[in-house]
Amino acid sequence: MSALEFDAVSVRYGKLTAVDGVSLTVPAGQVVGLVGESGSGKSTLARAAAGLAPVSAGRVLLNGADVRRLPRRRPLQMVFQDPYSSLDPRMAVGESIAEAMPPGTSRAGRRAEVARLLELVNLDPDRAAALPGRLSGGQRQRVALARALAGQPKVLIADEITSALDVSVQGAVLNLVREVQRRLSLSMLFISHNLAVVRYVSDVVAVMYLGRIVEAGPAAQVLTDPKHPYTRDLLAAAPSARRNLLDDASDDPLADTEPADPHHPPAGCRYHPRCPIGPLVHPDRTVCVTADPAGDAAGRPHSAACHFAATHPTRRSA
Amino acid sequence: MARRGTWAAAVRTPVGACSAVLLALVVLLAAMAPLLWGAAAAAVDTDAIGQGPSGAHPFGTDSLGRDLLLRTLVATRLSVGLAVLATAIGAGTGVVLGTLPSVLPRRVGRLLTAVVDIAVAFPGLLLALFLAVIFGVGTQGAVLAIGFATAPAFARLVQTLSASVSGRDFVAAARIAGVGRIRLLARHVLPNIGEPLVVNATIGAGSALLAFAGLSFLGIGVQAPDYDWGRLLREGLDGIYVTPVAALAPAAAVVLAGLAFNLVGETVAAVVGVRTRLTRVAAPASPAARPAVPEAPADAVLVVENLRVAFPGPAGWTVPVRGVSFSVRAGEAIGVVGESGSGKSLTALAVSRLVEGPGVVTADRLEFAGKPLAEASDRELGTALAMVFQDPMTSFNPARRVGGQLAEVSERHHGLSRRQAFARAVDRLAAVRVPAAERRARQYPHEFSGGMRQRAMIGMGLMGRPKLIVADEPTTALDVTVQRQVLRLLARTREAEGAAVLLISHDIAVVSQTCERMLVMYAGRIVEDLPAGSPARHPYTRALLATTVDLDTDRDRPLEVIPGRPPEPDQVPEGCAFAARCPLASDRCRTEDPVLEATDRRGHRVACWHPQVTVLSGQSHEEGAA
Repeated sequence: MSALEFDAVSVRYGKLTAVDGVSLTVPAGQVVGLVGESGSGKSTLARAAAGLAPVSAGRVLLNGADVRRLPRRRPLQMVFQDPYSSLDPRMAVGESIAEAMPPGTSRAGRRAEVARLLELVNLDPDRAAALPGRLSGGQRQRVALARALAGQPKVLIADEITSALDVSVQGAVLNLVREVQRRLSLSMLFISHNLAVVRYVSDVVAVMYLGRIVEAGPAAQVLTDPKHPYTRDLLAAAPSARRNLLDDASDDPLADTEPADPHHPPAGCRYHPRCPIGPLVHPDRTVCVTADPAGDAAGRPHSAACHFAATHPTRRSA
Repeated sequence: MARRGTWAAAVRTPVGACSAVLLALVVLLAAMAPLLWGAAAAAVDTDAIGQGPSGAHPFGTDSLGRDLLLRTLVATRLSVGLAVLATAIGAGTGVVLGTLPSVLPRRVGRLLTAVVDIAVAFPGLLLALFLAVIFGVGTQGAVLAIGFATAPAFARLVQTLSASVSGRDFVAAARIAGVGRIRLLARHVLPNIGEPLVVNATIGAGSALLAFAGLSFLGIGVQAPDYDWGRLLREGLDGIYVTPVAALAPAAAVVLAGLAFNLVGETVAAVVGVRTRLTRVAAPASPAARPAVPEAPADAVLVVENLRVAFPGPAGWTVPVRGVSFSVRAGEAIGVVGESGSGKSLTALAVSRLVEGPGVVTADRLEFAGKPLAEASDRELGTALAMVFQDPMTSFNPARRVGGQLAEVSERHHGLSRRQAFARAVDRLAAVRVPAAERRARQYPHEFSGGMRQRAMIGMGLMGRPKLIVADEPTTALDVTVQRQVLRLLARTREAEGAAVLLISHDIAVVSQTCERMLVMYAGRIVEDLPAGSPARHPYTRALLATTVDLDTDRDRPLEVIPGRPPEPDQVPEGCAFAARCPLASDRCRTEDPVLEATDRRGHRVACWHPQVTVLSGQSHEEGAA
């Protein structure tokens, strides 16, 4: 049984299709990492699951039930990117946490639960009375996690939860999220633009480009043997202290291409104007311009949305 | 506690003091005057009808011989009380009208919004007159009329403010937690828009006072035998050429009371942070003597010695940059890394002469291209120093075409004609690899993607012949693939133009990929000046390197963390600022401040009493980047 399932979900804002027919399953008790550049639709997909963005086509299923038919309190919670805007500056953190608890708990029960949750996220329970302004970014993100857990979720969505934090704090938050996810066997959709962070946390990795999922599969396979050229580009561009910037592909003709405009997605394969194995490099590959590879993606390895997914077996040297 | 201090400080400013005194006077008069002089002000004296100012009646008397000074004072209660009442009605109705659309069904909500929009379009006084006629002549009618006439403006304000609060993540989080609409409004939205509302209501009370005086003056406000300033003004106006003071006294009262409300509003705004701070402190303490720094190389583009940046705070000066010394040689690429609050961005702003008041920059030596930075003309800086910011959307003027903005540099600093300058702009855009440069030059900044805007920003720096490019987190807002493009562009530009680069970044991987030297900042100081390829020796640098997650991080082990958090800029401890988080800290570290000292001939400098010597695992590959 799957915990969270996106079934051909589309989200449209006016003429902009932010998410275009995405199907993705977050299996129970597993972490699915979603990577992609800003504007690729990852956050919109998360907000659609949480009921914050309108689903214009398809369904989001939570344990098999359409989330739109679920009651107001759902077993799904979310932690947001910016801990400075996700906590009410006028409300003590304990109150914020208690607010997310299911109704019917006594006042003493709530207080005890707040203390337990704060300890769970490695914060002093005495902090319950503090306003968010007294806490650092990392501490706020812990409070945000405690609030999400107060709703007793089965599914947790983590939307870029470390990108507003310093590296020294990022590690502590990631360790905590991983530990909590394992201890409570939560299903988690972990969204980040940082491939290294996604790799560390996730069991399954899905790569999103211009509103579509272009590749998805077990984390180890997708990251060591990527099938879609976009995934390969992401891996190559990840900053690393151990690789020189100018070493590889110093005069690649595609090095300066611009990301496509989501308002006018390219025809055929959406990645073809930037693709190093596409029609710009191999002029005979006209199929990339004319046919959308998303249609028969399910039959390819890693469900890759690429006509030539199988023909480029490039293995990343570990 | 802090709040109380800010209020006290606000009252000590000229505006704050005036408003406090005026408000106290108005409140005191409103409370006491009718009790003290109510009877005397109503006493008819047929012997003194329509007199001018005299010893017994300083402002004269009216047509029934009543003392005008006393009447003006006694009228304070009614005038101010009615104004406050009307404002309360207006603000209350406004809050209800402004918040209802978010609670009501969508269609009804839209209708209500439309009604408010139409009402806002009418001038307030016109609406008040119209309503006064509907509600009937008299005090009650006038209060309702002015209250409801100001309501649409408040409703609009509430709508706008709550729309911006509703867009924030904590409201989304509460919605996911299952909090209902009404509770959402009461617990999350209204408390967060309270402050600007109170400020506006205070200022609105001043306008209500004026409006009320106007209605009474026209005869459709307060009716006899009651009297407020408006009525006194009307009665006094009949004899303005005989006894002008009879009309001037109530007029002055209206002005003073209105002023009191407005000034109080200003002061409240300043304290609750709607306006800028009011604090004022003495000049910052002179920098502590620091040991001499190594001689700057002869070909240095930028020499910085003992740079300090200080900002005034409520409790004296805070010094986020505390004595930074380094130099940048021609064509060199230097990275500055550190956590947020380490002072790295302020250092970049200071060397670009962009720290704005009330910030104060001091340095023993701050030289750009062999000259003190303070003496360089804008033209020299404009052509020889290029700056690239994190968010190029805010550094371009959104209303002007990109090409024109680039061309402006050459028009102003090189004296080129408009056409020549534009041609150079196109040439420079092509140089930073903006595709179809000619066409893109005629586009607006919003038509550029983030990466292209950043290219254009670098292109703008290349309109002159930059000796130094200061790039402050230039790729933080960009995606990895675009980040790589921009970093490569910076590296190529440096090669082609021979410009030095000062790259500020929170990402140690980005810096070690692009720079020959890395300055590690912590709590406003450089703790390590690390040439590429040398093993890090400062425990903080080593901890930063260890916490970095990359594609080779071991998934089966918890990530390394640095316990604790950096000190606040106004609470830097004695001794080494990192001691509290350092696994190697000794008693000496907690009492004596380590000095940045050279450890080898390559210019490796470390500020640590216990520098490490072993090579960190994984660092050996760094030689490749050197």
